[in-house]
Amino acid sequence: MLVHSRKGRWALWALFLLFFVPLFALPLLVIVAASFSTNWSGAFPSGPTLGHYAAATRGDALRALTTSLVTALTASVLALVVGTWAALAAHALSKKGKRLMDALFMLPVAVPSVVVGLAVLVAFSQPPFLLNGTRWIVILAHTVLVTAFAYQSVSAAVVRLDPAYEQAAASLGARPSYVLWRVRLPLLLPSLNAAAGLCFALSMGELSATMMLYPPDWMPLPVRIFTATDRGSLFTGSAVAVVLMGATLLVLLAVSRIRTRASYR
Amino acid sequence: MSSGIRFDGVSVAYGSATVLDSLDLTVEPGEVMALLGPSGSGKTTALRAVAGFVRPVRGRVFIGDRDVTELPPHRRGIGMVVQQYALFPHLRVADNVAFGMKAQKVAKSEIPGRVSEALEMTGMAAYARRYPRELSGGQQQRVAIARALAIRPGVLLLDEPLSALDAQLRSGMLAELARLHRELPEVSILYVTHDQVEALTLADRIAVMDKARLQDCGTPQELYRSPRTEFTASFVGNANLLPVRVGDGQVRLGEAELKVDTAGVASGVTATLCVRPHLVGLGEGTNALRGTVAEVQWRGATHRLYVDVAGQRVKADVRELRQPPGLGESVALHFAPEDAVLLSAGVAADE
Repeated sequence: MLVHSRKGRWALWALFLLFFVPLFALPLLVIVAASFSTNWSGAFPSGPTLGHYAAATRGDALRALTTSLVTALTASVLALVVGTWAALAAHALSKKGKRLMDALFMLPVAVPSVVVGLAVLVAFSQPPFLLNGTRWIVILAHTVLVTAFAYQSVSAAVVRLDPAYEQAAASLGARPSYVLWRVRLPLLLPSLNAAAGLCFALSMGELSATMMLYPPDWMPLPVRIFTATDRGSLFTGSAVAVVLMGATLLVLLAVSRIRTRASYR
Repeated sequence: MSSGIRFDGVSVAYGSATVLDSLDLTVEPGEVMALLGPSGSGKTTALRAVAGFVRPVRGRVFIGDRDVTELPPHRRGIGMVVQQYALFPHLRVADNVAFGMKAQKVAKSEIPGRVSEALEMTGMAAYARRYPRELSGGQQQRVAIARALAIRPGVLLLDEPLSALDAQLRSGMLAELARLHRELPEVSILYVTHDQVEALTLADRIAVMDKARLQDCGTPQELYRSPRTEFTASFVGNANLLPVRVGDGQVRLGEAELKVDTAGVASGVTATLCVRPHLVGLGEGTNALRGTVAEVQWRGATHRLYVDVAGQRVKADVRELRQPPGLGESVALHFAPEDAVLLSAGVAADE
């Protein structure tokens, strides 16, 4: 512990709450409060109701939730496969090649996601790669955006992986593919798991690129929140936002439970 | 099954730095060869060249009659144990030991028997269901040895296998390794270490390495009793190396005239006299050296005296003294003529 005196510790707690509550907790609490009310003109919301939730878990909103979940899961799995593959390949490259790969996978992070969305739209609106108007263009854009994060976190873990394990495996007569499946990937599992959680959360909240791409029959939840609040239905939008938040947190919780089980090493 | 190792002019370089310089060395089938040297001497590089983890820029490596220089590690048929054990943390002890056999597609029915046989041999049978992190350092090392032996390699490579263990465990494991080798006489062992005790205890022959080169090679007795180079003499047994002027049947160190065997060294040159500290006695006697005490270290059973004689610091290990000499006191040391070796290598003509 860095601070030993009792007073100092209390002061630190107070400072932490002072920053944390208004910056992180309060905005989320406001959303939750708004989702349960029909009116908010004074300091506090009024007219408590569950009606918004009834609307948020039915019909179009429910379809948007499944759309978001399917998009995020597909994009995360694809990103994890591509990102891990690229990270392992980059590790085997020379220093120069590795730097090139790092730069390449930084691009989707460095470029604003609106630009990524536009780029994907322009690139896939013409045959032979005509994806515009299908759900696949949304999933593709999400995959491009989150692969960068998957690559980065797996790449950091690959570097930290002790080569002694692979070498021990090779000395025992294991082919490189066998070493990959039985030693390297299992040892990378905690990082893969963390990367999966990160990709999923990012994809669930993606709005700007999605806005440029989504077809009418594939509207993810963030777009629905945006359109709802844009039309002025602030409280319905809040309820949908809470549903989005809850769904994301639930999946992340499940993922982190798997991680605790996988990180016995 | 039994196969030796042969280095044929093997050089390894990283960029412009040569870390192993044309090594020629043969490990006979069933022999224990220790590669002994300080860190950075190239001994681990030599072992890794056999394992296939470094690629020689020149020379060939043979295992048995097979030229393995171009083969990837997994096709060389070696067993290897490294300092940090490298047990797979996500696998239980039994699965760690079975790993090599599964990778080599040994018949499924055969694996459990061979796993328990290997664990039995290293005394780890009771720990088969544990994970590596639940074992102590010494136990992990036993599992690592069992894992390497389970694939029945013709060649076992040990890279400083005991240096992560404490002194007591180390001497226990040394005895274990000696026993294992008696039980598996056909396995050739290449044992890399910087610890001369390990090398002297375990090895049939020792190859002494320094500065990327092989300095000396011979049985432990040869290297210890009659070292050929100053480096061997000082690294194996930490000998006193005294510059002396060679006469006829005697040598001179300052004023002192010492009787030693001068066969093979011309009279009138400067040579190096090598005397082991534990063979130097305190008090008058044959070959007396008089000097002043510069330092006294009490090591329990022995006293290590550092005595300045004619500008040279002489080390003497004597049985614990009831009354050790004080610093600056004048004392006499002596040694028997047959306990000294005049090093023929590195003899320089007197200028």
